[in-house]
Amino acid sequence: MALDINETIEGSFQLVGGNFANAGEASSQLKHALAELGVDEGIIRRAAIATFEAEMNVIIYAAAGWLRYYISSDRVRIRIEDMGPGIEDIELAMQEGYSTAPDWVREMGWGAGMGLPNMKKNSDEFKIDSVVGEGTTVEMTINFP
Amino acid sequence: MQNHKDIDNKLTLKEIAKILEAEVIADSGNSDINIKNACSADMMSAVLYYHTPNSLLITGLTQPHVIRTAEIAGIKSIVFVLDKKPDARTIELARTKNISLLSTSYCMYTASGRLYKAGLPGCLYK
Ligand SMILES: Nc1ncnc2c1ncn2[C@@H]1O[C@H](COP(=O)(O)OP(=O)(O)OP(=O)(O)O)[C@@H](O)[C@H]1O
Ligand SMILES: [Mg+2]
Repeated sequence: MALDINETIEGSFQLVGGNFANAGEASSQLKHALAELGVDEGIIRRAAIATFEAEMNVIIYAAAGWLRYYISSDRVRIRIEDMGPGIEDIELAMQEGYSTAPDWVREMGWGAGMGLPNMKKNSDEFKIDSVVGEGTTVEMTINFP
Repeated sequence: MQNHKDIDNKLTLKEIAKILEAEVIADSGNSDINIKNACSADMMSAVLYYHTPNSLLITGLTQPHVIRTAEIAGIKSIVFVLDKKPDARTIELARTKNISLLSTSYCMYTASGRLYKAGLPGCLYK
């Protein structure tokens, strides 16, 4: 079901490392934007979950970052770019259960090593690039059927 | 484990509160909604991975991002175990998201067991 929109609808959010209080704000707003456009509930949930996991990784591991989304008639694209330590071994990081989260993060309920697999599972297209010492970029696309 | 999808056992939040002798901390006016399954977890990504919408979340964590996780996952009700209670800000966040909050003195194992015995299945399909 393609949406009846001509222009791309964009949103952009600044993410700050360690700022747990605002965690989820970007995903929540994307969720509402998609709901307003009448996107299917299951699709909205997938987009929200993928976005939330990406948002949390920036807040937990990076110093700062940007999250941008682009809604067009047939899909939503989400791009998350951070300035942080980067990921040395992406293949390893993508494995279910792999996590370097310290204890204080685990005590908050993160660090199961499921975030990246969760993003991939919920996206139709998933791309991750990382440069150690510089940062990580994740790009996800979810198509509207 | 068997697929629970076809088992037609539901509990309302009101019944769940009774079974767990739980205190209602935030009542979002959905205490008569049927809850079909539950998920016990302290890891938020596990909730996001295995949840089904309208599941009950049983957890020991009370931070605001637990409410966010529930919102994102489409979870409408949360039970905090071991008498844990979130702070006022978190309760307020739950209210604005229409999520009901309960607190029980049972531990996660016992709370889950009591609900399972009452006919509420898990939300895992494997
Ligand atoms: N933006 C990032 N910057 C630096 N490292 C990252 C980033 N995202 C993920 N990682 C690394 O990849 C690992 C796996 O990430 P993933 O999101 O799958 O799991 P997690 O964050 O450890 O736990 P969960 O997401 O289940 O709470 C992390 O522990 C971390 O080492
Ligand atoms: Mg993660």
